[in-house]
Amino acid sequence: MATLEVSGLKKSFGGLKALNDVNLSVQFGTVHAIIGPNGAGKSTLLNAFVGRLIPDAGSVVFDGISLVGLQPHEINQAGVVRVFQTPEIFGELSLLDNVLIPAFSHRDGEFQLNGWSRAAEQAHVYEVAKHMLEDVGLYAKRDMTANSLSRGDKRRLELAMCLAQEPKLLLLDEPTAGMSRADTNSTIDLLQRLGDGKVTKIIIEHDMHVVFSLAEKISVMAQGAIIAEGAPEAIKNDPRVQEAYLGGAHL
Amino acid sequence: MDAIFLQLLNGLDKGSAYALIALGLTLIFGTLGVVNFAHGALFMLGGFCAVSVQKLLNLSTQVKDESIPGLEMMVDLPYLQVWLGETGAQIISFAVPISVIVTIPLMLLVGVVMERGLIRHFYHRTHADQILVTFGLAIVLQELIKSFFGATPIPVPAPQMFSGSANIGEWLGMGGGVSYPWWRLVYFCFSTAVIAMVFAFLQFTTFGMVVRAGMRDRETVGLLGIHIERRFTIVFGIAVVVAGVAGAMYTPIVSPNYRIGMDFLVLSFVVVVVGGMGSLPGAVASGFLLGILQSFASMNEVKQLIPGIDQVIVYLVAVVILLTRPRGLLGRKGVMED
Amino acid sequence: MMNTLEKQDRWLLFGFALVVLAGPLLLKPFGAGYPDLLQKFCIFGIFAIGYNILFGLTGYLSFGHAAFLGIGSYTAVWSFKLLTMNVLPAIVLSVILTAVFALLIGYICLRRSGIYFSILTLAFAQMAYNLAYSVLTPITNGETGLQLARDDLRSVDRLFGVAIQDGIPSTNFFGLSMVGYSGFYFCAVLLILSFYISMRITRSPFGLMLKAVKSNQNRLKYTGINTRSYALTAFVISGCFAGLAGAMLAVTDPLAGADRMHWSASGEVVLMTILGGVGTLLGPVIGAGVIKYLENIFSSFNEQILNSVFDFLPDAIQHPVVTFVGLFVGEGWELTLGVLFLVLIIFVPGGLMQGLQSLQRRIFPARPTPAADAARGAH
Repeated sequence: MATLEVSGLKKSFGGLKALNDVNLSVQFGTVHAIIGPNGAGKSTLLNAFVGRLIPDAGSVVFDGISLVGLQPHEINQAGVVRVFQTPEIFGELSLLDNVLIPAFSHRDGEFQLNGWSRAAEQAHVYEVAKHMLEDVGLYAKRDMTANSLSRGDKRRLELAMCLAQEPKLLLLDEPTAGMSRADTNSTIDLLQRLGDGKVTKIIIEHDMHVVFSLAEKISVMAQGAIIAEGAPEAIKNDPRVQEAYLGGAHL
Repeated sequence: MDAIFLQLLNGLDKGSAYALIALGLTLIFGTLGVVNFAHGALFMLGGFCAVSVQKLLNLSTQVKDESIPGLEMMVDLPYLQVWLGETGAQIISFAVPISVIVTIPLMLLVGVVMERGLIRHFYHRTHADQILVTFGLAIVLQELIKSFFGATPIPVPAPQMFSGSANIGEWLGMGGGVSYPWWRLVYFCFSTAVIAMVFAFLQFTTFGMVVRAGMRDRETVGLLGIHIERRFTIVFGIAVVVAGVAGAMYTPIVSPNYRIGMDFLVLSFVVVVVGGMGSLPGAVASGFLLGILQSFASMNEVKQLIPGIDQVIVYLVAVVILLTRPRGLLGRKGVMED
Repeated sequence: MMNTLEKQDRWLLFGFALVVLAGPLLLKPFGAGYPDLLQKFCIFGIFAIGYNILFGLTGYLSFGHAAFLGIGSYTAVWSFKLLTMNVLPAIVLSVILTAVFALLIGYICLRRSGIYFSILTLAFAQMAYNLAYSVLTPITNGETGLQLARDDLRSVDRLFGVAIQDGIPSTNFFGLSMVGYSGFYFCAVLLILSFYISMRITRSPFGLMLKAVKSNQNRLKYTGINTRSYALTAFVISGCFAGLAGAMLAVTDPLAGADRMHWSASGEVVLMTILGGVGTLLGPVIGAGVIKYLENIFSSFNEQILNSVFDFLPDAIQHPVVTFVGLFVGEGWELTLGVLFLVLIIFVPGGLMQGLQSLQRRIFPARPTPAADAARGAH
């Protein structure tokens, strides 16, 4: 039973076929990477995953729910959590507050008029937040303002925030973009450890090192379609993939 | 039919003022990315430039009254008339057009000082902060004018030769009933000329091309190595001058007082939003449209149908547009549509 | 950790209540201890507290709140005219009616965010103002303003056989006069209550979400939060506070005018919020107090006083100095307000509370991990 099922997805912008009959099947609990040269349609596909794209044809179904046209908060409440290219966090708030917010969202849903209860007294939620921060190694800095963190730490914070919601599907949009080698490796470690087997992960990536460290299955996109799909080894040696990447030297 | 045509004309002078103010607002927002709540106050400043020029030209001295023979009575006569007789009187009568010549460099100075001294520090701050600081500036400008010129509106007459009404009906073969004040016609022509000049400048000069490119895509322009920020001062200056001369020429139509800026400001923002926040043609078009719309809504027949409609029609239109087509009538697709 | 925060809050509330109730005594040396001014402190403090819940926490800048103030005033005066001089129904009705309007207007305006939201509130404020002076004059009495009259209906009063006096009766809370110090204490209690409510809201999960709206609304949406619902609730709550403040204005001085509703009057409450410190608890109240106090002082200066103040200067200098300073006092209070506005936004956007906090940090150096935001322990 596939967690995420994309069938016959088509989308054109004017004359440009951004998505040309895309079919994708992601299994529960796996780590699935989507790679491809620039302009292949990866971002467009991602927009379809988060409901921002109204396709010309086709469907995007997650756990039985159609994701087309849903509002961002509805997407999230359905279990799809998004990690942004540039870490999106609540810069002015403390790390603890940053993780409390998704924890509260997970417990209370999209809206809860709890203006009278004290946040400090929600012990269970605090436990979750504490756990998440400890998991990513940021608990000691919990009172710091999020903006004061390094890029790598911001990514870790964002991951803690995402996991606080016990996501079913984690969408990672170039999670190591702009990171140093060290930060990239620690991010890979984190992603390998967290939610292992219980969370489905879809990673859009350019860095092949990241892809081959994490992915169990790879889909390769080019010109709006999926040109190859399979286990990492198979993809590495696929001539079509090498061609799509113009020389394939960096594979 | 006559009545409708008259209402159309009636909307044109207010519409012209809206269009000019909105033009400046859009230039500033589209190029600098700044929301300028002081723009109405700049319109008001232009009006008071005209007031000042008029006062200056009318500086008088005591002269012997010749009209009553035998009696030694003194009367005030403007210096210009003392020195130049009839020509002097003519010059005084043309106070408003003369003030435009004075207003341009004055407002340019104001604009440059404003941009260099204040606005440039707010390019990277939030829109809320920009609104608040320009709002504060508007209050300061308005209150200073109130201190120096008082709270009552100061009448500024149009030049003698334009003070009557033109028989438009006759020109257009509509019978003699329709007449329209000369000066309002002049104002309409003036504003179209100014708008044309601004558009020509943007279209036909290299400077203008850079500005237009920057309005469409600031980041790319920057990446091309073009220092757009250097041009900001000039663009801001142009916008301020446009608002100033619009205000100066408007004085015979509505006597200026310190509040006139705020009154025009809200409407001008509404105009900009309806036209499309980054679109210059949109700002101008919706300025005229909303002026005419407001004029029609003030017709007695319409007011009888829906009382108070003239007070709210423009805002209702803005609300509807913001909710249904947030990019405005002529705005770029994708702007503000989330 | 959790318990110390609650203990801190208890002390804060207690201290706040003490200072407010002792107001007449504390402010007497400043010449500010008389009931009228003290009542104004409280009323605008309430207004600013409410506004801060919207602007301070969520960051949404509304120009329409002066209109809610006006609605509150008009409702209260109509309650006095039609029902009873007892202030309780007036206040309750004002808050309810303002809540309804805030819900409607907020629902429409919040369909957009940022500057478009602000412009929408501007449009509504202008509409309300225009209508109040034109079509709605039966309700608002236009430029003259809505006033009490001897032959007002006062149906509930008549029902309960409240004695008909000579002249216009005065507002009261079950007999307690709303004029003078008793009126002040009534306002003070409401202010303390409002402060308590805003404290609970700020410390709650709800308050945390509001701060998140300001910090990164996009991320918040992708965290599963329906940000529009939170913003709308904040809008309505702040509208209710504005309505309450408007009602209190009418309670202490039963007159309602539309000039209170002009959108630029919203500027004053923004200034109060910013002066005190956006998003802080005490900030808005302090800001309201300072502004009203300054207004009281500056408005009462005139040329004579200035001349006596600057008497020590030689005549040649004294005259231009007096003229210059004279711009800013008396009728020129609005100018001073504008300048204050400018100075604040440009140089001290964090307001007085930010200044106090940096002072506090210099006197009491921080613990190893600094927490610079108001979300945690700051007040």
